[in-house]
Amino acid sequence: MTSPVATASDRSAPTPSGTSRSAPRLRTPRRRHSADQPRRSVLLTVLTSLVLLYSLVPLVWLAISATKTQEGLSRSAGLWFDGDFALWDNITETFTYHDGVFTRWLLNTLLYVGLGAGGATFLAVLGGYALAKFDFPGRRAVFAVVIGAVAVPGTALAVPTFLMFSKMGLTNTPWAVIIPSLISPFGLYLMWVFATEAIPTELMEAARIDGAGEVRTFFRVALPLLAPGIVTVLLFTMVATWNNYFLPLVMLKDPDWYPLTLGLNSWNQQAATAGGEAVFNLVVTGSLITILPLIAAFLLLQKYWQSGLAAGSVKE
Amino acid sequence: MPTHLTKHSRRLLRGTVLVCALALGASACGDSDDGGSSQKAVSEADIQAALKEGGTITVWAWEPTLKQVATDFEKKHPGVKVDLVNAGTNKDQYTALQNAISAKKGVPDVAQIEYYAMGQYALTKQLTDLKSFGADKLSAQFSPGPWNGVKAGSDGVYALPMDSGPMALFYNKKVFDKYDIKVPTTWAEYLDAARDLHKADPKAYITADNGDAGFATSMLWQAGSRPYTVDGTKVKIDFSDQGAKTFTGTWQQLIDEKLLASVPAWTDEWYKGLGDGSIATLATGAWMPANLESGAKAASGDWRVAPMPQWKAGDKVSAENGGSALALPELGKNEALAYAFVEYANAGDGVQTRLKNGAFPATTADLQSTKFQDTAFPYFGGQKANKIFAESAAEVPDDWSYLPYQVYANSVFNDTVGKAYVSGTTLAEGLESWQEASVKYGEEQGFTVEK
Repeated sequence: MTSPVATASDRSAPTPSGTSRSAPRLRTPRRRHSADQPRRSVLLTVLTSLVLLYSLVPLVWLAISATKTQEGLSRSAGLWFDGDFALWDNITETFTYHDGVFTRWLLNTLLYVGLGAGGATFLAVLGGYALAKFDFPGRRAVFAVVIGAVAVPGTALAVPTFLMFSKMGLTNTPWAVIIPSLISPFGLYLMWVFATEAIPTELMEAARIDGAGEVRTFFRVALPLLAPGIVTVLLFTMVATWNNYFLPLVMLKDPDWYPLTLGLNSWNQQAATAGGEAVFNLVVTGSLITILPLIAAFLLLQKYWQSGLAAGSVKE
Repeated sequence: MPTHLTKHSRRLLRGTVLVCALALGASACGDSDDGGSSQKAVSEADIQAALKEGGTITVWAWEPTLKQVATDFEKKHPGVKVDLVNAGTNKDQYTALQNAISAKKGVPDVAQIEYYAMGQYALTKQLTDLKSFGADKLSAQFSPGPWNGVKAGSDGVYALPMDSGPMALFYNKKVFDKYDIKVPTTWAEYLDAARDLHKADPKAYITADNGDAGFATSMLWQAGSRPYTVDGTKVKIDFSDQGAKTFTGTWQQLIDEKLLASVPAWTDEWYKGLGDGSIATLATGAWMPANLESGAKAASGDWRVAPMPQWKAGDKVSAENGGSALALPELGKNEALAYAFVEYANAGDGVQTRLKNGAFPATTADLQSTKFQDTAFPYFGGQKANKIFAESAAEVPDDWSYLPYQVYANSVFNDTVGKAYVSGTTLAEGLESWQEASVKYGEEQGFTVEK
């Protein structure tokens, strides 16, 4: 309740309960805003609530709309339920429509995320560790290249990548989506910084003195220490690959290899095709199903992620 | 057939345009081997031999009724496999096709291309001229609008028309009856109806339009404007003719008096408006019934079809909106087999199959057949709407042409003409800046453009 302004005046004004003005006078108001009891601000609370509302409303809309039939969607208001509760029918139909192609898209996405995001994380960890802990000529050049690569948006690279992959005969195959996903300059940079802070060089030296080889040192000593960083990078690459739309759009023509993003869009487009069937209810339900694994991943991994973000911020 | 009008998010659109531009640029600088080998004649015997020999053809199309046609074709010709791929709807597919052509890899044997986009591929020699297969002899089978579309302003025949979109006025009879409004026969009456309706129910609008290139060009077509003249690589763009003034004069009033619902077409919201009566009419192509039936189920029985309102009372002029054809990309393989499929689907038995599944034909014989014209639409309260569509098809002036880069031009429509719907600029000013943008792009692509 206490606003920053009020707190400031509190401090200078004589405290009402201030019989002993001498020693605790300066300390009392400060202790009220410790890490356990942060200072409260009405303005901040209102702003965060607004942002929270802003980010939750679409989700609520999605969840509510997934319970409606195609007819119900156009009949009822967006943020409340329609008469018939069709969630189960929608889910069944989503999985059976067009010979169950949705399941195929789901598996494709899992494949792209598994190999793409998993591989990207693995490469980022190897690269980041090496760059952080080994001194070799050209490190600064690598740094410049990585930072430069972070600055180039993936969309800008899509067409050149397409032409290159087409020369290699890889377009219209899953490799065209997986191989570009393996490269994550941002992930590499993050792992690099993280490894610098998280692995004490002394620990590596101790391991070497005890007779561990480089591979053993990496897997037994470094890897456990890097866990929070790995999870962070994994989450980033996972979300990026899961939501990837443009790259598969350019690379893939065969609906059998579509990820969920492209597949759902193709269902959405049907409504704009002469003679096509509008299946907004399935698009909505499919979208809801699509985000569930991401939400689950976040909930499961977030504790690692939080500790990961704070790592290196305090000098020990 | 679908609609140029698909509205993705702006950002996606911009992305697509970028790729298109890049791809076009790439193909413009990289095509050295179009040494025009397409003029060899392919006889009926060659086609039969190819069918007997069999093989696989890849068809890129999003038209839903083709699925059955492909199955039937495979059954009729064992040994032939038709690989039907939905490589995206309209713009998405063109991007993909342009990419494949630039890369000279993965080009389909047959591709669905809308009439408005035909010139882009035909005039840059990316499609096989089907005259070598004798396709020019089929001209009498198709209605004038679509046939003009596949000729793309030259004397080649670059595709066979698959469907067409002669325009008609779809209107919500329940709404019109409720407020006692007469169905307009001229655009002047339409304007009055818009005013009366919006006055009677402030939530209802005569139609939804927030700037759509396909609709605008169709309206200009009907109003007698001929903004694009194409002669090989010489292009003229001029929006200053009387027809354009006729269109903008009326439509500007609808915009100024805020009589148009600002709902993007093909969205959930749009279908909702069509279903609940807040969007009372649609002037669009004859392929619309199937979409109304699936997208606006709630309004079944409310809607009817009327002939297009005229610019001059008593006239009988219509236009085409949407519609697409099947073409053979130059870089595709197995041409004889591909042509056999296209002919089967668009001029042979396939037409009946597609009609049965709700497609709208481009073939005059089918348009005129009593069976077709007597089909009653339960959605339109039992009305025999095909009669109106068929009449409209015959009233389409066949001298319209699109730009050889209409896909690009349409993609910048919202940045130019579209401004009239959201800000103080007028439609006429918007057309001017659309013209400028189109001229500039054409010159960059190596066309000789005259204003």
